[in-house]
Amino acid sequence: MMICYRAMRRREFLTLSAASVGGVLVYSLDREVFRLSAHADQSIRIPLRFFSEPEALIVAAASSRIFPSDEAGPGAREAGVAVYIDRQLAGPWGRDLHRYTQGPFEENAPAEFGYQGEATPRQIYRQGLKELKGFDGLEPAEQDLKLKQIETSLFFVLLRQNTIEGMFCDPMHGGNIDMVGWQLIGFPGPRMSNYDDVEKHFGEAFRPKPVSLRQATGRKVRPSEDLE
Amino acid sequence: MKTLPSVDVVIVGGGWTGLLMAKELGSRTALSVVVLERGGPRDSADYPADMDELDYAIRLRMMQNASRETVTLRHNPGQRALPLRQFGSFLPGAGVGGAGEHWAGVFPRMLPDCFLLLSRAIEKYGAEKLPEDHAIQDWGVTYDELEPYYSRAELLLGISGKAGNLRGKRIEGGNIFEGWRSAEYPTPPTKIPYFSAMFHDAAKSLGYHPFPAPAATTSQTYTNPDGVPRGGCTYCGFCERFGCMIGAKAQPTNTLLPVIQKLKNVSIRTGAQVRRIVRDTVQNKGRVRGVTCVDASGQEIFQPAELVFLASWTLNNTRLLLLSKIGEPYDPATNSGTVGRNLTHQVSLPAATLFFDRPLNRFMGSGASGITVSDFNGDVFDHSGLHFLRGGNLHGASGGNRPIANFGTMPQSVKSNWGSEWKSKALYYYDRTGRISFEAEHLAYKGNYMDLDPSYKDHLGDPLLRLTLDWRDNERKLADFGTAKAIEIGRVMGAKEVTPFPGLRNYDATRYQSTHIQGGTIMGTSPERSALNPYLQHWQISNLFILGASSFPQNSASNPTPTILALAYRTADAILDRYVKHPGPLA
Repeated sequence: MMICYRAMRRREFLTLSAASVGGVLVYSLDREVFRLSAHADQSIRIPLRFFSEPEALIVAAASSRIFPSDEAGPGAREAGVAVYIDRQLAGPWGRDLHRYTQGPFEENAPAEFGYQGEATPRQIYRQGLKELKGFDGLEPAEQDLKLKQIETSLFFVLLRQNTIEGMFCDPMHGGNIDMVGWQLIGFPGPRMSNYDDVEKHFGEAFRPKPVSLRQATGRKVRPSEDLE
Repeated sequence: MKTLPSVDVVIVGGGWTGLLMAKELGSRTALSVVVLERGGPRDSADYPADMDELDYAIRLRMMQNASRETVTLRHNPGQRALPLRQFGSFLPGAGVGGAGEHWAGVFPRMLPDCFLLLSRAIEKYGAEKLPEDHAIQDWGVTYDELEPYYSRAELLLGISGKAGNLRGKRIEGGNIFEGWRSAEYPTPPTKIPYFSAMFHDAAKSLGYHPFPAPAATTSQTYTNPDGVPRGGCTYCGFCERFGCMIGAKAQPTNTLLPVIQKLKNVSIRTGAQVRRIVRDTVQNKGRVRGVTCVDASGQEIFQPAELVFLASWTLNNTRLLLLSKIGEPYDPATNSGTVGRNLTHQVSLPAATLFFDRPLNRFMGSGASGITVSDFNGDVFDHSGLHFLRGGNLHGASGGNRPIANFGTMPQSVKSNWGSEWKSKALYYYDRTGRISFEAEHLAYKGNYMDLDPSYKDHLGDPLLRLTLDWRDNERKLADFGTAKAIEIGRVMGAKEVTPFPGLRNYDATRYQSTHIQGGTIMGTSPERSALNPYLQHWQISNLFILGASSFPQNSASNPTPTILALAYRTADAILDRYVKHPGPLA
């Protein structure tokens, strides 16, 4: 289940081994996730839109400490969380195209007024990642220690939230590869009808096979990060 | 500025009330009607492609773009207001259909005494029981006058539910505390998911009177009186923040638009942002003569009209009056002026978060398929020994369990919020968690109001609207009261752990409550303390009508859309029966 991130020259790519994304993950009723097949000799190169390759490696390492791959099932690595975050930062959310960004900024406003800062998510990540230089080379225990130190920072709060998003978004956004996150929690995605089931299965797990938006609609849907 | 040919009627805003008025005037008269909608067009056939939690529920793709225009907020006049840089506690809509496209669809009528709140409260408890700085008013319309219009709105939308009071006869299983109804709901109640069924049984065992929430997500195939058909709900769990993928949820685009599209005398112009309502000459100061707007290409346009409707939601209705200098802005220091007063936001809280030892399959459901307990609503229960007025509704709803928003909700006993231990607990609790919500009244206060912000501007350079808003003791005590009741029911439901709502502190703009904001251009019985007469007509300017919840003198625990539609129907009737024959004040 390990992913091999390999440094690339010139254009920035994140290289994932097929073992992490090529196999078919199956979810069973008792929440066990198992893989039907994997071809370890293949690898997939994903072009990066925002991160440099070293930055992507740090994000991949940090997000997988937040949502680890462990005995409870796959985590941020298998779901492709780093790829998801890269695309979000390159898109309208990362550039604050839907946030009111006129000053003056009151950076120390009480929490009930929401984030009042000037920095965009892209700037917050760039700055936060600078302070995590070399993070991906640390041992897991050292990584956890490092994250503990920045746990209350805006960067960490964003990274944690984005990790959850990348685990459970529709696969068209780059995360939740193979619907691995949905299988893990038994969420069926945009399932068109629960009419025959909504008043049944009381007290027992009902876990229909997940469908992606593309499968449910029979067509390719463009995510907002590709629109603007 | 380009001047367009004059029309009979211009309607600002293409949401529920604007399109309802366009349909009524367009189909019942030959008047030429233009609807100006600042957002884009919408086609409900596209909605299956919107079933994406990230883009729609988290990134708010259907809502007003805050980068262009937002509001500012402060808790009291002594503070400097800050802009809401992203929307949180409420979510204004944009585009044809407005917020009516992405609502949940819970459709309760208000209790009859809501419309006479001031006089009934004084009558029953005496004036000294009212909060010191309250601004509560009677509406100038009664429930009995509105009842036929409530019924019409329910027929238009095909509301699912079970009556609890048919012409005074109380019916077990329905809401026995509701005002009288002239007819049963158009369609039977929706199906009841597991969590809601548990809530129902627990509430009943405690002696309360649970009933299926009235729902605009219709339970079965339905054709409304205009001949517009819709299919029944399939409980996919993508309601609020989404357009309905099969059109089972009533939305302006699948109830009103199909009728409007066939009318030759009604047109909808999208991308047209109205900036000012234009006063007539000094000689004609009791009239307006049209509106100015910026069209999609950025061109400034004057649209002359004989009759102007503002139907652009609570905040924008108020802002347009202030920007256009129509009516006297409200001044809390002197309690004078009418525009901007009585700002309220329905108290809405996750009163009890419940953790069970078994899966709940909460991904199945709809925004409105649930159970309501109204035993603690309004003045249904006696307040003599209590230190607050009014009440609210408890809901055990199953509106879907979308994972980005809900993964990681845990009992207070779990301390970690990332890493392996957190992950394993979050996996366990993800589908073992349910919520009882409490939706309660927000009284009007002299200090909660709207005016124009002195420093922050929108993308066109106009001042943003400023909200001065905070909770008072009445809401805080009411929230605690509802929380205690929710915990009581949650324990009987068999929850292993319960997290109570921590209590209302200052108004929090980041926690979603509801998009039920009211006031600013309120209706009432006197031109000194209200902007509109009981027909939603401006007291001083008889060819200006203002539709929507900006007309509510105060909030009720019932969600506003049914009352908004009933009031709009009543105004349409008054215009058609009286105003078109004899233009002038209706009251």
